[in-house]
Amino acid sequence: MADHDHTEPPSDTALRVKALESLLLEKGLVEADTLDALIQLYEHNIGPQNGAKVVARAWSDPDYKARLLADATPAIAELGFGGVQGEDMVVVENTSEVHNLLVCTLCSCYPWPVLGLPPVWYKAAPYRARAVSEPRAVLKEFGVEIRDDVEVRVWDSTAELRYMVLPERPAGTEGLGEDELAALVNRDSVIGVALVEGA
Amino acid sequence: MDGIHDLGGMHGLGPVNPESDEPVFHAEWERRMFAVLMATFASGIYNVDEFRHATENMAPADYLTTSYYEHWLHSLEQVMIEKGQFDRAELEAAWSNVTAGEAA
Repeated sequence: MADHDHTEPPSDTALRVKALESLLLEKGLVEADTLDALIQLYEHNIGPQNGAKVVARAWSDPDYKARLLADATPAIAELGFGGVQGEDMVVVENTSEVHNLLVCTLCSCYPWPVLGLPPVWYKAAPYRARAVSEPRAVLKEFGVEIRDDVEVRVWDSTAELRYMVLPERPAGTEGLGEDELAALVNRDSVIGVALVEGA
Repeated sequence: MDGIHDLGGMHGLGPVNPESDEPVFHAEWERRMFAVLMATFASGIYNVDEFRHATENMAPADYLTTSYYEHWLHSLEQVMIEKGQFDRAELEAAWSNVTAGEAA
């Protein structure tokens, strides 16, 4: 075999990552401060709380909602969110007649600026395989039963285009302000594997 | 390319298994892997299609049995070598160094 003379990679993935990082640092291809800042940003500052604010604004302000559904990227940028993995966004609205669900069958494309980094199940093979072929069964596993007369639409993200679900506003929340509404919205409801429950 | 990554509709892969209260990262090496990928990507050495192509070229059995950040590790090593940022001998030397460091 041609690879006969090669060193085997360490069996421990953590060591292999450490080796790669040390080589990149040594070559000056990355800087330690930048690495730490990136981790801080995505572990603490960019997450589903951003998407919840977009949803709450859309529920509270019909003009904003119209802009969001017409051209999502600039509307999301109005709230200060955008950038990597959210350069071209489309928002799909859940109604009494349509339920939307997001997936990336080919990869794990996900709207980072509004949801942060994707959960493991979103990136794993079973969800990517099944969300398109049996979405109602997948939704049931998440505890979401969609009535037969409601259409389920599945949106397969691409490297360039990312979707975000605008969940239905639950009944009984008419008197709530934007912050209170945002607190009701979680990650799963913006992916489409959960409904937003009332206060 | 009709490869193993094209998972839509595939049967027999089992239940979805969501994790409640899932952390952003599950191990320190995932944090480091995320950061080196983001930093090198931002520098423009390679583009997203080149990176995805490296992942899509993984051996199918490896693709299905390794995690998202392990895919990233494979693909970043691959793409940096292809772009001439370092060669395989240098990568192997780095592996030897960290392995020796752990054993010491």
